[in-house]
Amino acid sequence: MANQYSIARSPQAVLETNKVLKNTYLLLAATLAFSAMTAMLSMALAMPPWVYLASVIVSMVLGIFVLPRTAQSASGVGVIFLITGLLGFGLGSILSMYLALPNGPSIIATAFGGTALIFLGLSGYALTSKTDFSFMGGFLFAGMMVVVVAMVANIFLNMPALALAVSGAIILLMSGFILFDTSRIKNGQETNYIMATYGIYLSIFNIFISLLQILGIMGDE
Amino acid sequence: MELFLKIAAAGVMIMLLFYLWPTFKQWQEHGPKAEKGDWQAALLPLAAVVGLVVLLVMLVR
Repeated sequence: MANQYSIARSPQAVLETNKVLKNTYLLLAATLAFSAMTAMLSMALAMPPWVYLASVIVSMVLGIFVLPRTAQSASGVGVIFLITGLLGFGLGSILSMYLALPNGPSIIATAFGGTALIFLGLSGYALTSKTDFSFMGGFLFAGMMVVVVAMVANIFLNMPALALAVSGAIILLMSGFILFDTSRIKNGQETNYIMATYGIYLSIFNIFISLLQILGIMGDE
Repeated sequence: MELFLKIAAAGVMIMLLFYLWPTFKQWQEHGPKAEKGDWQAALLPLAAVVGLVVLLVMLVR
């Protein structure tokens, strides 16, 4: 008996979806590796912590204004490497700070392992689940706006409790975005692998940074 | 330098809010609605993520 999925989508559409999925994961692996290299460069150069904020600002501007305009062309690949390279470079300065803590290396390793587990688990779940998680769109974008307002407030308030709450909310929201983005690729709703990679990369990056912050605060005696 | 960066970061984040608003409206008005069991399927892995984070916190303490 043919299932609903094969009736609703032509073989050509399924092939196209598989191509987008493959290209997305290939580009994601390449951008993550590139970020790791720029993070190591930043650590070797002993960049100060403000570099993180500067790199996030520049990459956000690139992500909002440049990437959507270039994502349909080959130059989009260059832009996404520029964004992820910058984010990795900024991350390096944060990692140097954590490495200076007595339990810093174990916090970094735990955050890294946790992020990998969350990403692999949620991606596998979204790819194998019959549920279309695109219904979460409105909820996720609303949550994202609330979190951005809280982040803007905490830039000036500097409250550790608010930082902890924001980090927890970001982990949950980004986990939701992994389900949402993966489901959209799987169902053929996202056809641009550059934008798909950007979305998943940002989710992974934000989960890692938030886990680092939570483990850093909670692991501090 | 740091104050300048903080103001710039706040400015970019406020810009992000303006960028997110139409996307949110679009999904809220025209996005697919949840069917029976959809939220359950989404909350299950999110609860697992919460459990994992709690476990990781206990590991580093």
